[in-house]
Amino acid sequence: MGLRRILHLMRKELLELKQDPRLFGVVIIAPIMQLGVLGYAATTDVKDVPVAIVDADRSTASRELVHRFEASANFKIVGMPGSTAEIDRYLDRGDAWMAISIPANFGQAVAAGGRTTLQIAVDGTDSNSSTVALGYAQTLIGGYAQDAAAAAVPGRPVTALVTPEIRVWFNPRLESRDFMIPGIVALLLLVVTTNLSAMAIVREKELGTLEQLNVTPLARWELISGKLLPYAAIGIIDVVLVLVVSIYWFEIPMRGSIPLLFAMCLIYLLSTLGLGLLVSTVSKTQQQAMMTSVFFFLMPMLYLSGFIFPIENMPQWIQPVTYLIPLRYFLVIVRGIFMKGVGLEVLWPQAVALFAWGAAVLALATLRSSKRLG
Amino acid sequence: MADAIEVRGLTRKFGNFVAVNDLSFSVKQGEVFGFLGANGAGKSTTIRMLCGLLRPTAGTALVGGMDVGRDPEAVKRRIGYMSQRFSLYELLTVDQNIQFFGGVYGLSGERFQARRQFVLAMAGLEGREKTLTRDLPGGWRQRLALGCAILHEPSIVFLDEPTGGVDPLSRRRFWDLIADLSSKGVTVLVTTHYLDEAEHCHRLAIIHAGQLAALGTATELKQVFDSRPIVEVQAARPVQAMDVLDRLETVEKTSLFGTAVHAVLRSAQTSPAMLSSALAAAGVDVRNVGPVSPSLEDVFLDVVERVGAAS
Repeated sequence: MGLRRILHLMRKELLELKQDPRLFGVVIIAPIMQLGVLGYAATTDVKDVPVAIVDADRSTASRELVHRFEASANFKIVGMPGSTAEIDRYLDRGDAWMAISIPANFGQAVAAGGRTTLQIAVDGTDSNSSTVALGYAQTLIGGYAQDAAAAAVPGRPVTALVTPEIRVWFNPRLESRDFMIPGIVALLLLVVTTNLSAMAIVREKELGTLEQLNVTPLARWELISGKLLPYAAIGIIDVVLVLVVSIYWFEIPMRGSIPLLFAMCLIYLLSTLGLGLLVSTVSKTQQQAMMTSVFFFLMPMLYLSGFIFPIENMPQWIQPVTYLIPLRYFLVIVRGIFMKGVGLEVLWPQAVALFAWGAAVLALATLRSSKRLG
Repeated sequence: MADAIEVRGLTRKFGNFVAVNDLSFSVKQGEVFGFLGANGAGKSTTIRMLCGLLRPTAGTALVGGMDVGRDPEAVKRRIGYMSQRFSLYELLTVDQNIQFFGGVYGLSGERFQARRQFVLAMAGLEGREKTLTRDLPGGWRQRLALGCAILHEPSIVFLDEPTGGVDPLSRRRFWDLIADLSSKGVTVLVTTHYLDEAEHCHRLAIIHAGQLAALGTATELKQVFDSRPIVEVQAARPVQAMDVLDRLETVEKTSLFGTAVHAVLRSAQTSPAMLSSALAAAGVDVRNVGPVSPSLEDVFLDVVERVGAAS
């Protein structure tokens, strides 16, 4: 009996969605756009750093150094100004992130095996990228210096005493895309299911149909299940979409179990749908619901979940706050399954936390959405 | 036979505001019971308590023998409710709305088909089953909303301002539907602020500031004017006529009805002719003075004024 009523509710919900022109946009276009943006544009990889070089020396040695910058995939020389005074112009306008000044006596000093200095000015506006770019420059110049030293003093061993042998696990190419795209599964489920479910319930408030349903013999759990389950289904469809595009288009390695990923998505949906229901209980209009979910839940979660900024880098006092965010646990799970290929043997603490969180928020929201309006 | 609705001392407060204050009345089975009152008088609050949507602060109400405070779910199984907003799913077709509400009320098979046909016929929507509800004119939407509210054949129906924003022809047709329901033994409690509509009700309750101000049939309510006849005055300048009448000892009060003035007289002894001569003496251009039978509007204004003066 209860099941049939829920099916009627779900069917009604899907029929309404079918008529709603926004649905296609939210369910199909939004995920594709997010994938596009995060897969192509929102890369944190630093490549082709624009650099301006002032070569006051014009010696073989200085040309060799400039040539190395030219040959590097990490740099792009955007100008060779005649004097250091012109550097300002490049940095002010943002034409170059980095300006290198090679002093007049550079070649002589290098040939003599003496010490010399290079001045590097960096635009520190975007501190992260600048740090990465500086690292590139130091590595490049360090390599050059070693070779130069070897050339200047023949016979002396050129290798350092200790050479680190670096192996990057899980993401050997260090592609930020491989890290970002699995996160989209988490983000998308949050955006789509929380927003859509909150707005769907509030729309019924606006129409007055919620009150109409409240005078029917529908039980509260039937009403809530019938209202939320269609959005869980839409969320799962989106996950399939994202998985297909990630794996076949972006060629993100999927090392773990896909069934496990879907199981975890279902657990995660408890909290996203619970949040949607919670938002609907504090909103009177769809606009309020939208604002509440975006500004009170989505944005803080985005920033504090580790989706963009690593939690380990956050100040100590703020880190405990991140435990309140379901997205945090799910991100660890998704990235773990996708990139590390690990299973529940590693991820169970996150899975348990996620489930507890979801159950708690859903219970709270259910209590709040008291069927009796007064 | 037990009354369909029995209300005793029903009270609802919102914070310090008393929306409904110690209301008592009962409605017989098959009766069309009208609830009259200005906006904010407490009509909707009362209806929502009777539907089990709102918990009473004090008092009891039995609807179909069930206590709305103790067992609202049992009440919900016995009633139909239609709000002033004709709450239907606008993005669904006529048929989809009927199917949905039928499903929620647990109708299926032949019974559902029979009820579906009934609602389509009642609302005059045969052949428009596939029309989006959004595209229906107000009158059709109103009848469909009523149909969806009574799909499960409840014995008691609550209609909260069901005729707002609907053309006069549709309103008339809607009241015919209410009469049909009543003739089949369905109890109908309907709120309205259209006083002309109230004449369709078997009995009326006038509610003012959350309190019951008057209760009875339209004829009974009009009896307050038995000893205080109403005279209608047609004058070229009605406001001037009102000024003159208000100064007369024999006139209790006056009110403007369109271009005419209604004067309530203090006793049946005063004749219209006396007013006529008084007006002429004051230089008012009088066209016609004659007795009129009181309308519900006269009753309503009178009741509201007396209750207002008493509190």
